[in-house]
Amino acid sequence: MEFSFSLLINAIAAGLLLGGFYAAVTAGIAISFGMLDIVNIAHPAFIIVGSYVAYIINAKFGVDPILASIVMLPAFYALGAAVYQVYYLSFEKRGQESLRGLAFFFGLLFVTEVLLLIVFGVDYRSVNAAYIGPSINIGPIELPLRLLVPCAAALAMFAVLQIFLSRSFIGRAVMAVSQDPLALRLMAVDPTRIKRIAFGISIATASMAGAFLIIIQPVIPSVGRDYIGRIFAICVLGGLGSLPGALIAALLLGVLESLTSTFYGPSWAPAVAFGILLITLAVRPSGLLGR
Amino acid sequence: MSAPLLHVDQVGKRFGGFVALDSVNLDVAEGERVGLIGPNGSGKSTLVNCICGTLRNETGDVIFAGQNINTLNTHERTHRGLARSFQLPRPFMSLSVAENIRVPLLYTVNARGGHHLHGSELDDRCVELLKLVALDKKANKLPRDLTQVEMRKLELARAVAAEPKLLIADESMAGLSHSEVEDIVALLIRLNQRGITIIMIEHIMSAVMTFSQRLVVLVSGKKIADGKPDEVIKDQEVVGAYLGQ
Amino acid sequence: MRTPLFIICEVVVATVLYLLFRHYGNDYFFFAGYTVLQFVVMATAWNILGGYCGYVNFGSAGFFAIGAYSSVFFYTVGQNVQDMDPGFLTSVLHVIFPIPVPILIVFGGAFAGLVGLGTGYLTLRLRGVFFAIATLALAVVIETLIVNWEYVGGSRGAYIIPPNTVPVFGPYIQYLFVLMLVMVIVGLTAARLIERSRLGYGFATIRDDELAAEASGVPTLKLKLIATVLSGALMGMAGSTFPFYLGFTEPGSVFDLSYAVNSIAMPMIGGTTSWVGPLIGAILLGTMQQVATVTISSVANLLIVGLMLIGFVIVAPNGIVGLWQDWIAKRSKS
Repeated sequence: MEFSFSLLINAIAAGLLLGGFYAAVTAGIAISFGMLDIVNIAHPAFIIVGSYVAYIINAKFGVDPILASIVMLPAFYALGAAVYQVYYLSFEKRGQESLRGLAFFFGLLFVTEVLLLIVFGVDYRSVNAAYIGPSINIGPIELPLRLLVPCAAALAMFAVLQIFLSRSFIGRAVMAVSQDPLALRLMAVDPTRIKRIAFGISIATASMAGAFLIIIQPVIPSVGRDYIGRIFAICVLGGLGSLPGALIAALLLGVLESLTSTFYGPSWAPAVAFGILLITLAVRPSGLLGR
Repeated sequence: MSAPLLHVDQVGKRFGGFVALDSVNLDVAEGERVGLIGPNGSGKSTLVNCICGTLRNETGDVIFAGQNINTLNTHERTHRGLARSFQLPRPFMSLSVAENIRVPLLYTVNARGGHHLHGSELDDRCVELLKLVALDKKANKLPRDLTQVEMRKLELARAVAAEPKLLIADESMAGLSHSEVEDIVALLIRLNQRGITIIMIEHIMSAVMTFSQRLVVLVSGKKIADGKPDEVIKDQEVVGAYLGQ
Repeated sequence: MRTPLFIICEVVVATVLYLLFRHYGNDYFFFAGYTVLQFVVMATAWNILGGYCGYVNFGSAGFFAIGAYSSVFFYTVGQNVQDMDPGFLTSVLHVIFPIPVPILIVFGGAFAGLVGLGTGYLTLRLRGVFFAIATLALAVVIETLIVNWEYVGGSRGAYIIPPNTVPVFGPYIQYLFVLMLVMVIVGLTAARLIERSRLGYGFATIRDDELAAEASGVPTLKLKLIATVLSGALMGMAGSTFPFYLGFTEPGSVFDLSYAVNSIAMPMIGGTTSWVGPLIGAILLGTMQQVATVTISSVANLLIVGLMLIGFVIVAPNGIVGLWQDWIAKRSKS
């Protein structure tokens, strides 16, 4: 392939936009895995559910997918809180989270995918919105609104989360829940309740991430699997439990994947995340911003 | 004087900005009974972890039996004769009491050159060790069926099963009744008379005073006293550190 | 029971099974039976690492695929050798190729074991979940590599045309069935040997408490690597006959999520603490899926497997074997 400057700069721009979206996808895992120590590998499945919910609302009522996902936040929050309750009673309380808890989430991931397959089949589904299709051009750079809008919304969601976690009482309790249980007890809060709230929030982010996903690309039930490697690569690279770290890592992965698919072909892109994950684990398990 | 069994030389360890150990020196001679005390967070556990290899010291050297063991893993240190019991007992929950004892026999005693234990020898040795801590009647129970004291005794027996030269007993008595504490102190002294050098970390002063031939005090990651027990506890700095807490 | 006696029992059961199939069954029986046996090997392999050491491998499909594609690779090399001009080198190659299937099984196992070693070496020093996550992504990357590897067919897939019949065994599927039976015997014997050996104690201490294991002198990293290699190699072996079984190998079928799910669900449902659990789980779920695929749809029966997995880990953490032991304990008390 001939190397050209505009190809390079467009690849980087698209990568950054993709990275913003990846940040939204990872936010939930950064909370559940990074802060609560719950290895929710079913997170991508919840994101795909978010995509299908946005699809249904969009197709039936013509509502904007992002707006639909915001409306659905409470439902996803409740779903998350319920899942945590089951997880807590069945595994965390019995001290069996490592083996059986993982198998539980794996089962959830699988069952959700199969259920979606049964209900919606293997056809690609997509949404309609005014910003799907057109692009804006800045010099040689072409920015498709289909990527730009989800990216902007993702960054906004990310900012709101970060402010909530660092400023509010509950947010700070969430940050403390895994690292400093003593401080939590001094704050006189019930760690289980905090974890339930936090897990609810982490699943709620999946609602929005799902809407972003289906704006960016048409969705089938098995798409979620492609995101498992990405999500954890970003989360680990960013340093567990750090939202700013996750954002930087997400942008980095977005750019690297975009460059890979531009210059080597899209079929190689899935390997980038895994490569990053393995290298990070081998060389710097504390992540980019870790000590 | 011959070289000490354990020679901790200028060992330092930080966690982020927090200095957990600040150039600690400590020599322990063969056959000695050393008490290690200090307020909570003074770095006792960090020191034990650095000696045993659970944590790596950032500066300084740990010399054991004349060899620098800085780069060795925990299990390699155990093979060389350095065993520990944990502050909170950590038995292997899915193995029976006897099988818990069997693990160090299989993996440490048999991993050293010399005589390998086989079949009935293994069983006999397990019974012998369990008798030492009066747990022989519970040999086939699972750890979850044991009481607090029994759990701590199992913890000690498992460490002793590795036939260590040096045993580090990390707060083996916290939360036990007076008579139970006496029990364990007597047990540790008995082990020492069998030739095991022991470092005991403890909060219960009566136990420390009965047990120790030498007392070392750690405060804020620094060694502030090291000497005869009755002299050390009168030391102004030590008194200040404890009263000030 | 001593190990030689155990192996004799296994061989007797396997022989009886084979003769029964031959006498009463048809080729379809062998096709279905092969799949069930393949799951017995996969479940047993998974359990060596997952059940004994407590390390979850989500990438079973990846290890399986390495075995399958190692066979495809050597088969393709063999095909190309036949097209070469005659010469000294080719006459040597003609002796080597085509490589007999039993040797391909060994190759498949070796490659998968090596990949297990590599992945383990990079991630097993860290907390267990990192290994789990790495294996999750491993399947994706191996799939990516194979999709882009044109020599073994890339995304289009590759054909392997097995002979219709084999001397002694008759139809080719019966030959594959017997090979898989041998792998079952190897897998179960290995699993049972581990359980009763020093290695088994070491694995159990890793599952229970790695810090205490190290303090007792257990070289945890080395043992974890042994488990990963054994487990990965067995999965690779199970995969290495797959191309001959279907005749057509494509990334989509080899990396099917059902391998990953089944090899976790079967031990979890059967019970993870002994070799019996995966065997029971695999026979039960494997047979159920064979029956259900015919009667209902294959998607629906995957749903059942998933739901059973969730149900068992919540309600019966020690699987069917655990339920059975509880029942015995209750009976002996009353």
